[in-house]
Amino acid sequence: MPLLLGVIPFGFITGATAVDAGIPPLQAILMSSLVFAGAAQLAAIELYDQAAPVGIIVLTAVIVNLRHLMYSASIAPYFNRFSSGWRWVCAYGLTDQTYAVSLTEFQSNSHSPQSSRVFYLGAAVTIWVAYQLSTTAGVVIGARIPSELSLSFAVPLTFIALLFTVIEDRTTTIAALVAGSIGVLSGWLPYELGLLSGALVGVAVATFIQQSRTVADSSQEISACSEAPDTQTERDNS
Amino acid sequence: MLIAIGVATYALRMSFVFLFEWLDTVPTQIEKSLRFVPPAVLAALAVPALVTLSTDPVAGFVFDSDRVVAATVAAIVAWQTERVFLTIVVGMVALWGLQVV
Repeated sequence: MPLLLGVIPFGFITGATAVDAGIPPLQAILMSSLVFAGAAQLAAIELYDQAAPVGIIVLTAVIVNLRHLMYSASIAPYFNRFSSGWRWVCAYGLTDQTYAVSLTEFQSNSHSPQSSRVFYLGAAVTIWVAYQLSTTAGVVIGARIPSELSLSFAVPLTFIALLFTVIEDRTTTIAALVAGSIGVLSGWLPYELGLLSGALVGVAVATFIQQSRTVADSSQEISACSEAPDTQTERDNS
Repeated sequence: MLIAIGVATYALRMSFVFLFEWLDTVPTQIEKSLRFVPPAVLAALAVPALVTLSTDPVAGFVFDSDRVVAATVAAIVAWQTERVFLTIVVGMVALWGLQVV
């Protein structure tokens, strides 16, 4: 499963940086089963290292994890056929990788509710086990890796690697460019508020661009029918 | 403090499970905006980890050129291959190579 190549180093880095930031080993391992979301864990660990208030740490983790909302929205039609108990279990296992592999499978092949549940849980359990084992390995071995190897550099590298998998078109590129620049420019703010403001401005600008493009498209269509819509006048005024 | 984080992160996970239960009502506009969350968040995590703004003594950017070069190499690999593991390996090897030189 090539997906595990993305999970194992992530778990390892998460475990190693958690211990490095002074989080006790057992809690570092527990964190991986409680949160089960690498990027949010890495962001939280970094903030913990800076002694940020708990509220800021949680808020940052929530924003980093907002993408799960999108995943669950798009996979929900397939989950609806499961019983409520299974849905709770399946929701826990909804990671980037599980989502990607399951949705692709559900869209391309028709499944009975049971076979899709088996497929989904198979992927989720595999990823969960790999992630927990690699976190534990990171906690145990990571502390012994000399600092000259700059293992911490693997964290931004992971974000870069993931970034290019989610950039799909011009609007997502703009979201990334804006968020990155604002993140740097507001980096003087305490406790990674630069991250929050960068991400929020990036999403806002991309949404605005997408909306004005949609309005432009629809007003073109409608004006072809010689009917001037309100949206067009609003756009001309702005 | 640590227990508080543990509980808070657990609450975070549960909140997604809860949101998942009434998903049918997620408005389309929010769903559209959510598409931009991953690229925005990942860029806001990655770029400031490499370059920071400083005002002391004069305004300017602070960065470690080895790390920026290694990250650029990794970014090219990520862009061309979209492979996470390969990107991390190439970036780390590039950084080690530059540090030795």
